[in-house]
Amino acid sequence: MSTQWQPVIGLEIHAQLATHSKLFSGAPTAYGAEPNTQAAAVDIALPGTLPVPNRAALEKAIAFGLSVDATIARDSVFARKNYFYPDLPKGYQISQYERPIVAEGRLAVRLDDGRTLDVRIERAHIEEDAGKSLHDAFHAATGIDLNRAGTPLLEIVSAPVLHSAQEAVAYMRTVHTLVRWLGICDGNMQEGSFRCDANVSVRPAGVEKLGTRTEIKNVNSFRFVEKAIEYEIERQIRALENGETIVQETRLYDPAHHRTRPMRSKESADDYRYFPDPDLPPLAVDEALIARVRDGLPELPQQRQARYVAALGLPEADAAQLCADRATADYFEAVLAAAPGEAKVCANWVLGELAAALNDAAVPIERSNVSAAALAGLLVRVREGAISGKTAKEVFAAMWAGEGDADSVIAARGLRQISDSGALAATIDAVLAEFPKQTADYRAGNEKLLQFFVGQAMKRTRGQANPQQLNALLVEKLAG
Amino acid sequence: MSAATPPVSIARLAADLAARRVSAAELAQDALAAARAQTSLNAFVTLDDAGATAAAQAADVSLARGAAPALTGIPCAHKDIFCTDGVRTTCASRMLEQFVPPYDASVVERLKAGGAVAIGKTNLDEFAMGSSNENSAFGAVCNPWDPTRVPGGSSGGSAAAVAAGIVPFATGTDTGGSIRQPAAFCGITGLKPTYGRVSRWGMIAFASSLDCGGVLARSAEDCAHVLGAIAGHDARDATSVDRAAEDYVGALQQPLAGLRIGIAREYFGAGIDDAVAHGVRAALAELEKRGAKLVEVSLPNAHLAIPAYYVIAPAEASSNLARYDGVRYGHRCANPTSLEDLYTRSRAEGFGAEVKRRILVGTYALSAGYYDAYYLRAQRVRRLIANDFTAAFDTCDLIAGPTTPSVAFALGEKSGDPLAMYAADVNTVAVNLAGLPAISLPAGFDRGLPFGLQLIAPAFAEARLLTAGHALQQATDFHTRRPDADSHGSRRPGVPA
Repeated sequence: MSTQWQPVIGLEIHAQLATHSKLFSGAPTAYGAEPNTQAAAVDIALPGTLPVPNRAALEKAIAFGLSVDATIARDSVFARKNYFYPDLPKGYQISQYERPIVAEGRLAVRLDDGRTLDVRIERAHIEEDAGKSLHDAFHAATGIDLNRAGTPLLEIVSAPVLHSAQEAVAYMRTVHTLVRWLGICDGNMQEGSFRCDANVSVRPAGVEKLGTRTEIKNVNSFRFVEKAIEYEIERQIRALENGETIVQETRLYDPAHHRTRPMRSKESADDYRYFPDPDLPPLAVDEALIARVRDGLPELPQQRQARYVAALGLPEADAAQLCADRATADYFEAVLAAAPGEAKVCANWVLGELAAALNDAAVPIERSNVSAAALAGLLVRVREGAISGKTAKEVFAAMWAGEGDADSVIAARGLRQISDSGALAATIDAVLAEFPKQTADYRAGNEKLLQFFVGQAMKRTRGQANPQQLNALLVEKLAG
Repeated sequence: MSAATPPVSIARLAADLAARRVSAAELAQDALAAARAQTSLNAFVTLDDAGATAAAQAADVSLARGAAPALTGIPCAHKDIFCTDGVRTTCASRMLEQFVPPYDASVVERLKAGGAVAIGKTNLDEFAMGSSNENSAFGAVCNPWDPTRVPGGSSGGSAAAVAAGIVPFATGTDTGGSIRQPAAFCGITGLKPTYGRVSRWGMIAFASSLDCGGVLARSAEDCAHVLGAIAGHDARDATSVDRAAEDYVGALQQPLAGLRIGIAREYFGAGIDDAVAHGVRAALAELEKRGAKLVEVSLPNAHLAIPAYYVIAPAEASSNLARYDGVRYGHRCANPTSLEDLYTRSRAEGFGAEVKRRILVGTYALSAGYYDAYYLRAQRVRRLIANDFTAAFDTCDLIAGPTTPSVAFALGEKSGDPLAMYAADVNTVAVNLAGLPAISLPAGFDRGLPFGLQLIAPAFAEARLLTAGHALQQATDFHTRRPDADSHGSRRPGVPA
């Protein structure tokens, strides 16, 4: 009987805080500038320069802490993490060690199978990013770009409470949604604004003591995180089952081969000699600041999702999908505000036609070709019966293609439904007159023929008859 | 001006400048000439003729217009640890031998704005690590009172330049006594303000929680003029305190009556030369005559200051000096074969022995497994020492003692024995650990060499130090004595004016 293994995973997520300037200098944080054009004297660590904390970064960290029900430290401490590396200009990174700004929070994570995980967040601390080493840019030399040096990061550390790669990714996605929702991080994973280190260990099922962990560094896509963790879990189980021991080490994920490999041991054997940064007094946070940040918090995704279910009657799945990012939820609310009363219809359109069109065009909802107001205009016409649901899809496609709003498309294409009962009655009379045999058969009891008459009437109106109205009138007329 | 000219106060110079009896250009040229006439002192690392000439011309223009700031046209020198825009700033280290900052330190900027004319950069112990100015990559500085003796350190060049009459004042930094001790050894006045009173922006860091910019000048009165110019909040230094500077010049005229001066028993303990202890008590008696009240106080943890200091300061230094890695600026070894080789050789070649010693000690103190036993414990001791001062200030307004245990020692006397060198900081380092302001005032001579009285005040009570210092200098003439060749060794100490 082989051992059952339980994976144990904790994530350290690095979210770049969306501030205009760096954590300790006035240099801009914009991505993609020419190397070393966005590094001030402080960022290149010129002798005599000193760090001054960016208040906006602090407020963003507090916003995160409040939104995960964490404790906000009234006097958190910046510490120096000392190590030598060419893209680390001071020879130390300013981080937080013993007293982080955010401690002991929790975040509800909805899993694909409908379960909800309550993930404990041990801490979140503010730190500065390092620069970049460009190993391939020059022949036989390494280039250093310090544009990124000093960019503010929030490192969000979960407790080791995740037990599969899927849980880890679901948690990471939830954090990703939250930080973007709060507007504290742009979430851009390709540019490295949101990345994570995963601590992975396995232990025999039922054993409480954690196994030896490895740390997978700097993975910057959800898919790679999942693959890397899956690989690492399997590797560790295989090793343990072969009687080997796991070495505590830092590993790198190789996306080309979907595997992890150890970093040079020297890089993981550092003694960082943390100590409080004497250049920075403890970061004082008072009640007034906390209250101000709290007042500025938006309705959080979990809260909004619950409201969609409770107040709007949406299914859980729809509510969750709408709240996967704030722009989508806001779009949905704008549609609903302009076309009130039909939350489910609005949700279907936002998650259906609109999502598909956005996806095809690879456009974010903020830059949708069809605005929330325009979509609402279309839905109002459907509800009034001016067009059918099926026609509406055609109208939407035309709107997306830039042919104007719903009314102009309907008018230009002559798509308005015939809801005039006089006109429909005349059409029906003509159909019944044309098909006396079928009329007699229907009246003799063959009610399946109703669809035949609907089809004939639609043909005569070129599909523009209001189907409900047509049905009702036909039944009435055939009854004699 | 030459070394033989009797000292002239900053106020007097300013009056002469305002009345156009002398020009800023003349004062600058005289100062540069005096510096060149005394190159054997080795007080300067760099003389900035062009900068001084331009600044003096600008000063003369604004003096001619009238309503110029208080220090307009007054020559000065900066310890070569303050960054000066376009003028190399070496920290007396091979590491920064060619380093030219693109910006001015806050202190430099404020003195420029105040109209002072900087003639150059003064020598120091490398990165301010030392008490004798023998740890300079550019050679030791000599004491103007006796060239075979040290001027003290680390602001030895600034102290020697002022004592030799080259400039009326010079900037300094004080991490464990680096302003007060050389001021005492050179017979001048040295003011170390409260931590946070003077911005550290542009002051190259040795030990960030202890480093403090200040002034070396001939008198408390001159110190008051300079402190008024350099003190104040600076948003670029997070440890700078947002509190308005006081009227330090006005404080000079405050009466002494009722001021309680606590004589710290521990500052007169074993190891203090009798002549120094005696002279300091005599100076305090002068203050008593002027209305001060002398009381006994105790600082029971004073003996812990040196061990705590020599853990905390090197620990911070080990981190502060990590940026000198040969990558972006500063010394880089020739033909590095690997990253490790680049680091190792650049730092081995760039730093001197004392700097290396402190980096090693500090790295050790911060290492995993030793942090609690050394760094954390030293920080706890630091709190005890600060509490001692707080308790003592319940019963007195200032605390007094000798600045140093003895007069200046001979060049080479202690350079082979770092522990003996560190031990001589016994009366000064506690002040930095507690972040308090203190002043060293000339208090007499022993065998022709000056020694100092140190007064310590509660945080931000610089004005009180200046009041007492000025009162002492009204009653004595030690601060007016000059190290002239003919009088060297012949003066009798302790004669009041």
